[in-house]
Amino acid sequence: MRSKSRKVRKAKELVFVILFLAGIGVALGVLGILLASLFATAAPYLTPTLFTSYANYQDATRAGYAAAIAGTLWIVSLTLLFSLPLGVGAAIYLEEYSRGGRIARILQAGVSNLAGVPSVVFGLLGLAIFVRAFHLGAVVLAGALTLTLLVFPYVVITAREAIRAVPQSIRDAALAMGATKWQAIRHQVLPAAAPGLLTASILGAARTIGETAPLIVIGAVVLQTFLPYGPDSPFVALPVQIYAYIGLPGPEWQGVAAAGMVVLLVILFAFNAVAIIGRNRLQRTRW
Amino acid sequence: MGGVNADRTGARLASLEPKWVWQPGETLVRGLLFLAAAFAIIATFAIVVALLWDTVVFFGRVSPVAFYTGTKWSPVIDGLYGVLPLIAGTLLIAGGAVLIGIPLGLSAAIFLREYAPARVREFVKPLLEVLAGIPSIVFGFFALLLVSPTLKAWFGADYFNGANAIIVIGIMIIPIVSSLSEDALTAVPTDLRDGAVALGATRFEATARVVIPAAFSGIMASFLLAFSRAVGETMVVLIAAGENVNLTFNVLGPMSTLAGDIARKATGDLPVGSDLFRSLFAVGFTLFVITFVINLTSDVLRHRFREAYD
Repeated sequence: MRSKSRKVRKAKELVFVILFLAGIGVALGVLGILLASLFATAAPYLTPTLFTSYANYQDATRAGYAAAIAGTLWIVSLTLLFSLPLGVGAAIYLEEYSRGGRIARILQAGVSNLAGVPSVVFGLLGLAIFVRAFHLGAVVLAGALTLTLLVFPYVVITAREAIRAVPQSIRDAALAMGATKWQAIRHQVLPAAAPGLLTASILGAARTIGETAPLIVIGAVVLQTFLPYGPDSPFVALPVQIYAYIGLPGPEWQGVAAAGMVVLLVILFAFNAVAIIGRNRLQRTRW
Repeated sequence: MGGVNADRTGARLASLEPKWVWQPGETLVRGLLFLAAAFAIIATFAIVVALLWDTVVFFGRVSPVAFYTGTKWSPVIDGLYGVLPLIAGTLLIAGGAVLIGIPLGLSAAIFLREYAPARVREFVKPLLEVLAGIPSIVFGFFALLLVSPTLKAWFGADYFNGANAIIVIGIMIIPIVSSLSEDALTAVPTDLRDGAVALGATRFEATARVVIPAAFSGIMASFLLAFSRAVGETMVVLIAAGENVNLTFNVLGPMSTLAGDIARKATGDLPVGSDLFRSLFAVGFTLFVITFVINLTSDVLRHRFREAYD
């Protein structure tokens, strides 16, 4: 090192900084190209038909996502209904009750391990347990239960952050006033953490919306020409319907698929925007 | 105690609590919350049981030795259940993707953490999060729409090919590597950087010889997690990589992977209880074990790095 002049070393640094920049450049460049080409392909097919028509594999101008969008809304709502109480409950236990030690470590390892299981494996689980063993069939409820397992670790992780952000003084004050532990959590900690928990639920929902593989495996119907009527209804979800259109030959079907993806991304970005606004407001007004 | 508990706000509350409270309501709530926390363990257990249930029956019909040493995966036409083509395809695609995604993701992390002004960071990080939030089906479509025609024009690749998946999954894992590596770099105390710079090192030298070695286990953990994500990626492979029954290392031709093949076979109406149906679970179990081992290694590495500077 001593033999090299400072100039050479500075030049070397510059080269590497340029290489480091390339990493970001590639990522952002691809993001730009991806979105641009997606919108360009989708543009001619972005019509109200997308929302009013059902699956149609003969005529691209009459192909739409009505059942798929309704199915996705069903799945997302039910998944949230199940995963939110479970995930927040787990987060409360891990943050407020567990004393550390071996059991806490095992519980945490369980959560982080579940987060790493490939999504298609959840599909197999749903197929074996919910669809077959419970005899639910390939219905909305089976899909929602499957995705509940998938999304659970993410809800736990974000909910824990929200609970952790509540200052200790609030708990101390409640306990000092004679509240029991659960009263302190129920009446002080949870309301204080509510905006963060809202973010957790929205991010969970956002993950649910884009999942395709598990729903394909449990057997979502890709030729559904009616709206799902309840938890026991057969269903198709937006990404599953998109996948069905991608498989068809010809540029017109690519257009229909791309238009579906634009709808999917718009829904996702709307969810995330709400989450980010919620998070910023939380940071601004609290402690 | 260790590092797990020390920084937790609830820790003091937990330690204040008497060891054993006989208040029925409180005990009930505590029990319910514990069940919720144990849900991940229950779910993992359910996954293992659900996969093994059919896998065991399947291995009664097709011997595990034939399954794991067979070089032809043609269950529908030939009734041949050799899973090696799927494993090779999975490792080749995930390995290739990691070769693309790791250098790009790590350099993005180093730039953002060590060089970028705050304003650039604030602008770039949300964009990387957007990239991370795009569903994999969109990436799969992108592979087919733009990557595949390019590879065809330049290298004469097939329409469906392994390289599609390698390139696109490589890009998909950039945000994973960059955000986790950045966390690892952030965990290195500023004193170490200042020390190196005070001794006359350039900022690059401080990064390359001090910061990165200090964050090494965390960075490795991010690599492993990205690899595991690439191994489990389904939709990109299903859409853009095609299907191949033979053991192949030609990335310009079609390729099957474990995850992709499960989704492909499951789309057809499979007769429940058939060998083909059960083989999905054997393939799924293999995939689960591979990702489980990678994730576990990553977790061990991350815990080690967390302990270093707490």
